[in-house]
Amino acid sequence: MFKFLLQRLATIVPTLFFVSILIFGLQQLLPGDPATALAGEDHDPSVIAYLRAKFHLDEPLYMRYFYWANGVLHGDLGESVRIQKPVVDLILEKLPVTVQLASMAIVIAIVFGVSAGIVSAVKKDTAWDYAANVFALWGLSTPNFWLGILLIMLFAVKLGWLPASGYVSPFEDLKANLAAMIMPAFVLGNAFAAVLMRHTRSAMLQVLSADYVRTARAKGLDERVVVLKHALRNALVPVITLGALAFGELLGGTVLTETVFSIPGFGKLIVDAVFNRDYSVVQGVVLFTATVYITLNLLADLAYFLVNPRMRG
Amino acid sequence: MAAVLTATALPRELTPAQRALRRLARRRGAMAGLGCVVFFVLLALFAPWVAPHDPLATSWSAVRQAPSAHYLFGTDEIGRDVLSRVIWGTRASLLAGLVSVCISLALGVPVGLAAGYLGGWVDALISRITDAMLACPFLILAIALAAFLGPSLTNAMIAIGISATPIFIRLTRAQVLAVKVEDYVEAARAVGNSHLRIALRHILPNVVAPLIVQATLAIAAAVIAEASLSFLGLGQQPPAPSWGSMLNTAKNYIDNAPWMSVWPGLSIFLLVLSFNLLGDGLRDAFDPRHK
Repeated sequence: MFKFLLQRLATIVPTLFFVSILIFGLQQLLPGDPATALAGEDHDPSVIAYLRAKFHLDEPLYMRYFYWANGVLHGDLGESVRIQKPVVDLILEKLPVTVQLASMAIVIAIVFGVSAGIVSAVKKDTAWDYAANVFALWGLSTPNFWLGILLIMLFAVKLGWLPASGYVSPFEDLKANLAAMIMPAFVLGNAFAAVLMRHTRSAMLQVLSADYVRTARAKGLDERVVVLKHALRNALVPVITLGALAFGELLGGTVLTETVFSIPGFGKLIVDAVFNRDYSVVQGVVLFTATVYITLNLLADLAYFLVNPRMRG
Repeated sequence: MAAVLTATALPRELTPAQRALRRLARRRGAMAGLGCVVFFVLLALFAPWVAPHDPLATSWSAVRQAPSAHYLFGTDEIGRDVLSRVIWGTRASLLAGLVSVCISLALGVPVGLAAGYLGGWVDALISRITDAMLACPFLILAIALAAFLGPSLTNAMIAIGISATPIFIRLTRAQVLAVKVEDYVEAARAVGNSHLRIALRHILPNVVAPLIVQATLAIAAAVIAEASLSFLGLGQQPPAPSWGSMLNTAKNYIDNAPWMSVWPGLSIFLLVLSFNLLGDGLRDAFDPRHK
């Protein structure tokens, strides 16, 4: 276990190193003088001079990278030019909102996606299977900002059941919070559910034809027990790993979902930063998402290692 | 003698590619997808002749009009014909889908080929860089790239193309690793072919099938990505029509002009669905074991 963990951690270090180079490199894409670009709409020469000194823009590229990476390692992701606040604080401020949205979306995706996958595998080549596949194709092909608009049209404008947009903190009013979050969570979970459905289906199909499932059936076990207890448990192992890989798309989806529903989360932060030309925030958000994604995949690998005795050797 | 041979000759054997195409033709979903893609391509090519109105012409006397015989899909907030804008918008979406995937292929295939074929430190370096790119979620990376490059359709295509590249590097590398140990590659090496010739003439053609499948599915993802960037204001710039930017404006008029959001969204959905259906069909056709 310890050895596996060490090996896995050893591959993360170079990955994070290249991620940092990639994100640092984004700055080099800015046309013209980086200090002027970083200053955004502020053309005050003193601000530009300050930025030039702060980002060591007169020094060679590798030194600039060194200063930047050193800051990042000490938890300093830079400062928002626009709001005059450390990027880390901004991210931590917006994070809880996105975590709530993403968690709700994941629950919705698991409930719909995994059950649809099971049904479709168990009832292969029937109308159920066909319907589940149509559901997956729908989920993969619908742009989530459009789905958001359609749901607002139906549930907010036409039926008046849910608020069209906005956000209420769960600590202020839990009911209002859930009412505001349910539509965005459904929109965000939609595509993820489709991915989970496809993975669950193919994993279940593989498991259902395995010898031990045949044995379980031959013992005369109830089909429900065979499917849910014997087959699903093993089928879920690859689903967890593949689900963690697809998590990045969910994070990307928050950007659009939060924009459509005006939810002040992490995704909205990056969009606002893009339009305010607040490049340190953009870099900070990308770096943060990549780190979260890498960590989650590490955890998924650990989970895989823990639940699969064959891996432990 | 020749006549006898012709008369008794066995039916010509089909190549694997021909067999795959036959399997593809039998899949109704894939054929429907293909039909729909062809329809959109024709729409994009013949937009100037098919569109009933000028997509940029505003009319203050026809602001936010509901669909009617004159404006089949209604009009937008400054009186432009939604149908004509949807038709012209096909160009931006298809162009973004094709160009960005071409960028991904042009970058990803040679790099993946080098990683898989050369192995060693080249492979290790390329694999770590690929991991790093894959660690940044596709859309977030595309948004960041588009933000730093500046908002325009061209930059959006570059951003999407670069963001989708690591998938092609990884796929090509994995395929090359599987193929390079085959006997025919050994044979090609034994008769003294150069590395470049082996890689290009003997390995590359044998890894094309999964690349075609992935490219088709990547077009679907790129169409959604372009629409997303345009929706956020980072893609096609107004007043040029694009489905994503149309939806961006439409979301402000959900309650009094719902038709403004229905049609562009439906078009994105249909085009993406078609590429997904075609991609799924191609995958099943090229690899009958996968089901």
